[in-house]
Formats: sequence, structure tokens, C-alpha cells
Amino acid sequence: MIEVDNISKSFGNNVVLREVSFRVAEGESLAIIGRSGTGKSVLLKHLVGLMMPDAGTVRVRGASLNEMNERELLTVRRQFGMLFQGAALFDSMNVFENIAFPLRRAGVTDEAEIEQRVMEMLRLVEMPGVESNLLSELSGGMRKRVGLARAIVHRPTIILYDEPTTGLDPVVSDSIDQLMRRVRDQFNITSIVITHDMRSARRIGQRIIYLREGQVYLDAPADEVFNSTDPVVSRFVKGEADLKEVELS
Amino acid sequence: MGSIVLLGGEVFRSLFTTRLHWDEFIKQLHFVGWKSQVIVLTTGASTGMVFCAQTFFQFHKMKMDNATLTVVGVAMITELGPVLAGLMVAGRVGAAIAAELGTMRVTEQIDALRTMATHPVDYLVVPRFLATVIAMPLLTVLTWSVGILAAYVLSVTVLGIEGSYSLRHLYFYVDEQDVVLGCIKAVFFGGIIALVGCYRGLNCGEGAEGVGRATNQAVVQSCIAILVSNFFLTLFLRGLLYP
Ligand SMILES: Nc1ncnc2c1ncn2[C@@H]1O[C@H](COP(=O)(O)OP(=O)(O)OP(=O)(O)O)[C@@H](O)[C@H]1O
Ligand SMILES: [Mg+2]
Repeated sequence: MIEVDNISKSFGNNVVLREVSFRVAEGESLAIIGRSGTGKSVLLKHLVGLMMPDAGTVRVRGASLNEMNERELLTVRRQFGMLFQGAALFDSMNVFENIAFPLRRAGVTDEAEIEQRVMEMLRLVEMPGVESNLLSELSGGMRKRVGLARAIVHRPTIILYDEPTTGLDPVVSDSIDQLMRRVRDQFNITSIVITHDMRSARRIGQRIIYLREGQVYLDAPADEVFNSTDPVVSRFVKGEADLKEVELS
Repeated sequence: MGSIVLLGGEVFRSLFTTRLHWDEFIKQLHFVGWKSQVIVLTTGASTGMVFCAQTFFQFHKMKMDNATLTVVGVAMITELGPVLAGLMVAGRVGAAIAAELGTMRVTEQIDALRTMATHPVDYLVVPRFLATVIAMPLLTVLTWSVGILAAYVLSVTVLGIEGSYSLRHLYFYVDEQDVVLGCIKAVFFGGIIALVGCYRGLNCGEGAEGVGRATNQAVVQSCIAILVSNFFLTLFLRGLLYP
């Protein structure tokens, strides 16, 4: 359903993605793992056309994003929900208005319905009672959860999560993992999750892509990745530094 | 420069093809128009008085005391009013727009808007553009009024000029065309301030430094654009309005 073909992207001299290709099927959930700075967030932004590749194509349900202008992309993006790495909440609005925003944009005008759905979302991310708070009153982890609520409130069919559990305590992380799984199973939603948390990758990702130096190093079912005998992969999933690399630096 | 014109084109397209975000527009109108009053009042009054005093000192030597208010009035309405209001609004509003949109860009709020099927031009630029374009002529009229009023009060109470004569002259020498010219300029300057501010904000560089630079460029560039275009507008509109 999402087809990424040989996309490359560089910023000036900094080559970030090199000929990355993969496919995601309808209803599948994919985890993307990889070292910090390998271009995971950049890759995710290509999937919704926030960034355009220097070469290669991205297709979403058959529509090629490359050939679209910003207005055409807006209609494609209606299918998506996205959680940004830094939450990217609107700081001119309070929590309620942030979560209500995608609903209003999707054309929901019934205030009672909006309120009911926002409250339900806040309950799901375990933050009831903060709806009238300003963003400056929230901790980093709370912002993340508001961002998550905003990403899924309008029931998109494809959800992209950029590090949903980073910065959350283990208990909340676990409930967020469960929430993401529940959302996926209930509505047959396609999800793509970037994560540094191997436990969460194992639980959410049916398939895992390991991105290394801007390339897809490994694209395999979760079990295979976690039982991999490839030293590069197994060191990464176990979180061990490569001794040679450490000595070099 | 070219990109700012392109942004202007996108704004016009959006104005006619998409629904206006009223709540944003009202918010901006309040910020740009209502809250700029103090700064514009102060500038208008002080300029009116200083200009009046200096003109009087020179005219007095030639026994032309009664022409003082006329000179102040015409200059205020065609040139000083719109330009001063423009420069002050560029400093206050242009800077605020660039800083706000710039911060939204570096914190990915603009990207977030785009993923939520919202075009930044529709949601952010158009309300600011409309608000500034509507507020600027009103603020300019305010500048005129306090400027001329301050000059009048100064003339009559301190400089000892005959009030009724001055007013008669003022009324006689200021044409409707001058008023129209001043208002057209004000609308034009409003457009410059909003477009430059939005463009700089939306294309802001990374981090706090990027926001700082965007703000700085927004103010400097819109002020220069106002001053330069003012000259050409005067020439062009005079040809058009005074056949
Ligand atoms: N807008 C941009 N302009 C220039 N360079 C960028 C931009 N966005 C990302 N980069 C560069 O792309 C590279 C990859 O960034 P990216 O944010 O995708 O990393 P990441 O894999 O998400 O890392 P992390 O796990 O730390 O979030 C970095 O070197 C970064 O400097
Ligand atoms: Mg990232």
C-alpha cells in the first residue's frame, strides 16, 4: 500500500538516505530501528510528502507523491495520522484544542461529539483532566501523549509514530504500546513506528526494518531480527557498542 | 523577492478558493489593528508636533505663519502618515509574524499543520495578510488625525497662529486625492509587511538563531521595501490620481 522505491535524500553534502526501498501492506505494522542520526525521521517525513526525495518515488495507495503539489498532497494526507518526534503541538492552543484540531479539520462540527472524542482520547493516553492546560504546563512525556492523542483522534487509516515511547517511564511506555496495538487491531490500521526501545519494537512491529547509514540493512519479520546471528544486527538489538568503533573514536 | 511575489499569488488564490479561517482572522485583526494603536498614536502626535514647530520657525521668517498647518497636513496625509505607520507596524507586527511562524517552523508545528490536511498559507498567511491590509489604512487615518490635531493644538496654543485661518487653508489645500493616495499606500504597505513577515517566518533557518535572523530580516526588508516603494507609489499614483 505504501511503496518506497529507491529514494535518496541529501542536505547539502550530508547524504542521509541512499536508495531506500521497502513496501508496507495494508494493516501491517512495521517498526523502523536504527542508530541516532541515520535518517529515520527524514524517511518518515517522505512517506507523507513533508519532504520530497532527490531521487526515487513514494507511492501511497497507488498515488505517486512526487508528482503532486502541496494542495494535492493535503488530500492524500487525510488518510494519515502522525506523531512527531518532538510532539509538534500547537503552543498557541490548549490541550483540548490541539486534540480537537484534526477533528475540526476533518469537518466535524458537532461540539458535543468533539468534546466526547477528545475526552476519550485523553483517557486512552492516561491523562484525564488536563484538557484546559496550556502546553507550557506539561512535561515532555505528557506532550508526547497529547501528540499521540492528536495523531489518532480522527481515526486515520495509516499512522506514523516517531519515537512514541521515548522519554516516558516504563509503565506508561507499556500502556502506550498496548494502546498502539489496540488501535491497530481494532480498526485494521497500518502503522509505522520508529523506536529506540527494542522491547516496544518487538511488541508492536510484526516486521522490522533496520536502517543503517541511510540504507536498509535488514528488512525481516521481528523474530528473525531478534534472533539474527549477523553481528551488526545482534549487537544493535542487544544495545552493545562495537568495540572497534569505540576504540576508533 | 520573486518568492515573496509567488507567496502573494498563493495568498490571492487561497483568498478566492478556500474558506477563510475567521477565528484566526479576528485574532490577528485584534493583534495587528487594535493593539498597534498606542505606538501609532505616539508616533503620529510627536511627528505632527515636531514637524509643525520646525515648519513654523522657517515660515515665520517669511511671515507665512498661516501656511504651517497646510504643509503639515499635506505631508502627513500623503507621505508621513502611511510611511510612519508602515515602519512602526513593520517593527511591531512584521517582527511578531516572522518570529511566530519561524518558531512554528523550527518546532515542526508547520509540518504538523501540513499533515493535518491544512495548508499553511490558508491557515497562517491569509488571516495575517487580510488583518494587516485592513488595519494599516485605519492606523494611517489614526496617525493623520492625531498628527494634525497635535499640530493644530501646538499652533494655536504655543506658536500663536490664527486657528480658523489655518483650518480654512488646510481644508482648501488638501484634496480627496491626497486622502485616497495615502490610503492606497497604507494598504500596499500592509501587504508588504504581512508577506515579508510570513515569508521570512515560513522559510526560517534552524534553531533560535534562525528565528532571530528571520525576524531581523523581516523588519529590515519590509522597512526598505516600504521606503523604496513609497517613492514610486507617489510618482505612479500622482500620475494616475491627478490627471
Ligand atoms: N531539515 C533538515 N535540514 C538539514 N538536515 C537535516 C534536516 N532534517 C534532518 N537532517 C539531517 O538528517 C540526518 C538524519 O536526521 P534524522 O532526524 O532523520 O535522524 P534520526 O534517525 O531520526 O535520529 P534520531 O533517532 O536521533 O531521531 C541528520 O544528520 C540531520 O542532521
Ligand atoms: Mg528522529
